[in-house]
Amino acid sequence: MGDSTSPSDGPAEPRRKSKKPKYSRFTQQELPACKPLLTPMIVVTTFALIGIIFIPIGLASLSASEQVVEIVYQYDVDCIPEQSQNDKVAFIQSSVTNKTCTRTLTVPRHMDGPVHIYYELDNFYQNHRRYVKSRSDKQLRSKASEKVTTNCAPEATTSDGSVIVPCGLIAWSLFNDTYSFAIDSKTIEVNKKNIAWQSDKEHKFGNDVYPKNFQMGGLIGGAKLNASIPLSEQEDLIVWMRTAALPKFRKLYGRIETDLDANEQITVTIQNNYNTYSFEGKKKLVLSTTSWIGGKNDFLGTAYLTVGSLCLFLAMAFIVLYLLKPRTLGDPSYLSWNRNPDGHY
Amino acid sequence: MADGERTAFGDLLRPIADPPVRPDLISLSASATAAASAAVDPPHGSRSEADRLGASLKELADADARIVFVGDPGRTDPGLALPGNAVRTAKYSFLTFIPRNLFEQFRRLAYVYFLAIAVLNQLPQLAVFGRGASVLPLAFVLLVTAVKDAYEDWRRHRSDLVENGRAAPVLDPAGSGQFRPRRWKDLRVGEVIKVLADESIPCDMVLLATSDPTGVAYVQTINLDGESNLKTRYAKQETMSRLPSITAGSVTTLIRCETPNRNIYGFHANLEVDGKRVSLGASNIILRGCELKNTAWAIGVAVYTGNETKVMLNSSGATSKRSRLETHMNRETLLLSAILITLCSAVSICNGIWLAIHRDELELSQYFRKRDYSGGDEKYYNYYGIAMQVFFIFLMAVIVFQIMIPISLYISMELVRLGQAYFMIRDKNLYDESSNSRFQCRALNINEDLGQIRYVFSDKTGTLTENKMVFQCASIRGIDYSEGKDPSPNGSDVYCVVVGDQFWRPKMLVKTDPKLVRLLRSEGETQEGKHARDFFLALAACNTIVPLIVGTPDPKQKLIDYQGESPDEQALVYAAAAYGYVLIERTSGHIVIDVLGDRQRFNVLGLHEFDSDRKRMSVIIGCPDRTVRLFVKGADSSMFGVLEKSIDLDIIRATETNLHAYSSVGLRTLVVGMRELSRNDFEEWQSTYEKASTALYGRGSLLRAVASSVENNLQILGASGIEDKLQQGVPEAIESLRQAGIRVWVLTGDKQETAISIGYSCKLLTSEMTHIVINSNSEASCRKSLEDAIAISSKFVTISSRAQNTITGSGSARVPLALIIDGTSLVHILETELEEKLFKIATVCDVVLCCRVAPLQKAGIVALIKKRTEDMTLAIGDGANDVSMIQMADVGIGISGQEGRQAVMASDFAMGQFRFLVPLLLVHGHWNYQRIAYMILYNFYRNAVFVFIMFWYVLYTAYTLTTAITEWSSVLYSVLYSALPTVVVGILDKDLSRRTLLEYPKLYGNGQREESYNLKLFILTMMDAIWQSLVVFFIPYMAYRDTTVDGSSLGDLWTLAVVTLVNIHLAMDVFRWNWITHLSIWGSIAVAVMCVILIDSMWFLPGYWAIYHIMKTGLFWLCLLGIFAAGMIPRFTMKALAEYFMLNDIQISRELEKFGNFNDFTGTEISMSTFSQTHPGFIR
Repeated sequence: MGDSTSPSDGPAEPRRKSKKPKYSRFTQQELPACKPLLTPMIVVTTFALIGIIFIPIGLASLSASEQVVEIVYQYDVDCIPEQSQNDKVAFIQSSVTNKTCTRTLTVPRHMDGPVHIYYELDNFYQNHRRYVKSRSDKQLRSKASEKVTTNCAPEATTSDGSVIVPCGLIAWSLFNDTYSFAIDSKTIEVNKKNIAWQSDKEHKFGNDVYPKNFQMGGLIGGAKLNASIPLSEQEDLIVWMRTAALPKFRKLYGRIETDLDANEQITVTIQNNYNTYSFEGKKKLVLSTTSWIGGKNDFLGTAYLTVGSLCLFLAMAFIVLYLLKPRTLGDPSYLSWNRNPDGHY
Repeated sequence: MADGERTAFGDLLRPIADPPVRPDLISLSASATAAASAAVDPPHGSRSEADRLGASLKELADADARIVFVGDPGRTDPGLALPGNAVRTAKYSFLTFIPRNLFEQFRRLAYVYFLAIAVLNQLPQLAVFGRGASVLPLAFVLLVTAVKDAYEDWRRHRSDLVENGRAAPVLDPAGSGQFRPRRWKDLRVGEVIKVLADESIPCDMVLLATSDPTGVAYVQTINLDGESNLKTRYAKQETMSRLPSITAGSVTTLIRCETPNRNIYGFHANLEVDGKRVSLGASNIILRGCELKNTAWAIGVAVYTGNETKVMLNSSGATSKRSRLETHMNRETLLLSAILITLCSAVSICNGIWLAIHRDELELSQYFRKRDYSGGDEKYYNYYGIAMQVFFIFLMAVIVFQIMIPISLYISMELVRLGQAYFMIRDKNLYDESSNSRFQCRALNINEDLGQIRYVFSDKTGTLTENKMVFQCASIRGIDYSEGKDPSPNGSDVYCVVVGDQFWRPKMLVKTDPKLVRLLRSEGETQEGKHARDFFLALAACNTIVPLIVGTPDPKQKLIDYQGESPDEQALVYAAAAYGYVLIERTSGHIVIDVLGDRQRFNVLGLHEFDSDRKRMSVIIGCPDRTVRLFVKGADSSMFGVLEKSIDLDIIRATETNLHAYSSVGLRTLVVGMRELSRNDFEEWQSTYEKASTALYGRGSLLRAVASSVENNLQILGASGIEDKLQQGVPEAIESLRQAGIRVWVLTGDKQETAISIGYSCKLLTSEMTHIVINSNSEASCRKSLEDAIAISSKFVTISSRAQNTITGSGSARVPLALIIDGTSLVHILETELEEKLFKIATVCDVVLCCRVAPLQKAGIVALIKKRTEDMTLAIGDGANDVSMIQMADVGIGISGQEGRQAVMASDFAMGQFRFLVPLLLVHGHWNYQRIAYMILYNFYRNAVFVFIMFWYVLYTAYTLTTAITEWSSVLYSVLYSALPTVVVGILDKDLSRRTLLEYPKLYGNGQREESYNLKLFILTMMDAIWQSLVVFFIPYMAYRDTTVDGSSLGDLWTLAVVTLVNIHLAMDVFRWNWITHLSIWGSIAVAVMCVILIDSMWFLPGYWAIYHIMKTGLFWLCLLGIFAAGMIPRFTMKALAEYFMLNDIQISRELEKFGNFNDFTGTEISMSTFSQTHPGFIR
């Protein structure tokens, strides 16, 4: 402090404490700083760089997507017998109708194992506000919290008041179509182990929580659960309870660990149990291989190519513009009052 | 030696008992005059003082007057209804803290909005967010503010404790007549309190007696109003003489005073002692917060205590104004509200339509489940019919999309302004060495207005000039003495008074004219010499200056410091001292003057204070040679009327010539006259004077009449010229402001000649200018002058080749015009239909100079511009007469200088020097405006992007307002993820360096033309926001459409994408990257990532571990990269195009800073060319 006091204090003046602000680069707003400017060089380089990076990525993504082999089969309408086509809901709700449905699919190209089996639902709002909230994560995790069903309405308790485990609409509406596959009458093994996230199995679904009073109400929403298997091993439930982001979604059903050869005929036996007919939801069976960008997806590659080439184009356009209308950077004669000496704009 | 003379007039020489109310202020400048009247006058200043006095006495008779029984607190306040003397500056107590602090905080609109949304969210049907998430941000802000308030309050508690615990001697009420120490907080109204020298005064008290036999006490009011000079206060003779019986309690004395109020310059009361009534005024009361000086003791009776004291009533907070930018911002906020309502309506209507279409499916679809079967009676589950659903969805949409209205912006703006204020206060360029004062920010809401000023209204005295008056020259009996030589620094020729073995020397040195010195010293017997001696005797005697003797390190040397409220008087007394007439001592009855080494005592028999009607003051002095003389000094206009013209006509003429010469070089002039009073004259005067000064009603006007009756037939002694030095750097500052397109108007109380000469010396006026002078004293002649002026100006305007744009007119190539108008003309113009004409002519003139204006006229002139244009006005002044103007202007600046602190108290910003206006406006104002403008736009954009992303998602959830982004992230988004960088950039970013901004004042036009924030920019920004939200939403949507992705994972992707994108957006717009900016921007992104990871580590949340899963996939990173590129391309392209091809001064100056060789231009080519362009004289 002392060094900044002014020397001009007269001898007669009682010594005042100087309030002179202490100098520091911070208080004087003079911190060392870098001042980037969008010079032509930087603009052109930036665009060119984005173009150069994005185009190869786009190409790689496209080729990865190209390598993925995908078989999609929509069976919701197909698997309803001719006579029930007019009243699909009655067919699906009836407990006596035979819902087995056998179809043959052709493998278009060689599929490297493991081949993932998905079911795809469309027009099913797993992200509906009423639906996503209707679950109890506490109850799923431990037996001690069995009675915590706060958000589970309308599937919290049975009509006599006993707790439903797992409670809530999500669990209640568990998907219950099943698929089995055969090639030349030889059953292909479907591996349904490890289809759910390890983290969910270990920490989110308790190994001491067993289904209780499940699917006993007046309206059956979907699958029943084996009451002797703890929730942590009910992988279909775990997969189902990771609610999808969008109304059209896929969920992993299982894996075929073997390769499938091109033009092989796969016989699929579908148990068509799940009621999507009441709201015109679509059901599809999907067999797909994966690559580093996931499943078949041309969008990202196309997008990268578009952005990349746009940037290259802009880089070129800017070069042309800069050449056509060159301007010296930082030339004071461009200042408005120097351009118009009258001071008009 | 002087004692011997005392019997001359016998009892007539009794010192006057009761000097009038405010025996101080004398000065020739009407600006200082007006200061006096403004200090006392309420704004409706038409009522005369007499009326006010009468009214106040009438009021005092009313039941609401306070009646104080001196020495008897029990009778004064039997019910203990009056507050004790304990003060509480602390706002809260332990118990009331929570409710009161919450109440204080919720007075802000922003918090109420937060609260309303949070309450809405608590309704079970609308519970969009969990309880915690909805209340957390509000609770956090409240908590932080509460902790800050609690800390401040704790400090106030501690200082209160110290203050209340101080002790003061109080008269024992038992009647023993003894004074016993008592703690301040236990003092009560009516108690008699003794104050010793250099002690603080514990409460507001009426003086009963002082150690001075005449009842004078000196107080320093620095804590009250910041004025450091001593003020004189008087005890009434009636109480002085009866002090023993008052203290013994044998006489009932009562004071009837007005109820507590905050006017520190006024006090109306009367005193009843022994059935005799005496009126009391502001000079009879000493106020809490002052210190007693130069007086051994003073005894007074407490009339106002504790929180009713005037100092406490005056301790109110800063003024609150709303900045121009904020007003515009509120307009855009309304637009945003409209967008918000549109979005909410769209969602709720779509939801209604969806429900209607799917009505039959709702029973069975698993995700809706209209009915609840568990109860057995199959009632609807959470379904109330389509109409109700639509209504609920609308309210829920308001909750979800709430941040569309960036309420948090108001809080960040407060922070940013606080930070900007910190830097303005800490700027060493705004520190004034001479007064040791930093810049002060008194209003925190209008920092950015400093960047948009178009008109500066400046006071002259004390603002453009230093208000340190220096005596320059004298004209004595028509002979001009202006060959003053500066005193040599070693002080050998400085006049000293020898007191014992000590040398007393005036503190301030004045240059002296050797011819005049010789005349005084050696030719005293000639006629000329006698006149010169009378002249300096008049200067030394005719004033209210109090000499203070202060020690120096040299024990043999003392300094005489002249304390007084008028700098002009100080200058005159110092001048008299330099010529050998040294005022050494003053009591209310006599003064001691060292006349050329001979110490003489003069009795002050009468004193007529200065008032703005008479414009002069006078004293009646009983001289050692037994003559009684009247000395008068005053403004030339008022003095020439009362001079005896018959004898000295040629001398008067010569003096007038000299006066004209003085004022044309910018000196303040003053005429001194004298009359010897015969015994009859004096007796006659004394009887009328006594009658007038004891009158209960209309005392002021009676005294004035007495003064006027005696002040006539004066013999002219001479005139003085006092220089009011121009402040350092004023011409350069005015030139810079002019180049910046700011019009500087000077409003002064000075004479026209003085004003014009100051105008020239500060470069406001130049020789190329054509002057239009309006000096009229009737409405008709005003109208004619104005019409002529308009004709002249339009002629000049048509000469110039282009049509004038009033905004840039000051820099145009035409004959510059200067309008000079005086106060008399303004009386007929302001608030009549002529105002419009004045406005028309004034706005085409480059310079406007108003002289002889009254305080209210100053405000009227500011209003003239403010009412008719959108342009921002700034008023700068230092005196009480500038208060009305400072309050009227959009931005008021007080100069903390010589004339007291009323201007500072009324101002929004205060600083030490006029020239600081340049860095304040051109640098800080520019920065503040640019920063806040960008910050508002950015905050609008940032919140809109987020809302639109949520909106696009809602379209895919059957319009049910599910959010994929977790509720915690959406709450933390504007509070934590992206808040800090905007605040840091708002405080620290600089588009241009200080040096460039000062080099090219025209860059200031950016703020004047509102280039950084306008509707066009707002719309562009919102379009950009929509584009970016589309990119952020739809790239992941398209990429993940056919995958097993769950809502939480996709939500995490969207969260990280939008947080990073808005921070990159900000990063692209940052002008200067220092380490703090780097830290805040990249730190915010890191914090957001950490928060998302943390939220996804909570097993009880649906999104458990989602971020870990999605981060493992290449698709996630490709999406992010794609979003950044695609989101930024339009903005980057526009920016690159605009910066290169749309020539913008700021951009070019930035390039100049980076690439230009700045030194080549400095001071040579550029500044010369700009200089000559604004001075068309060079072009013609």
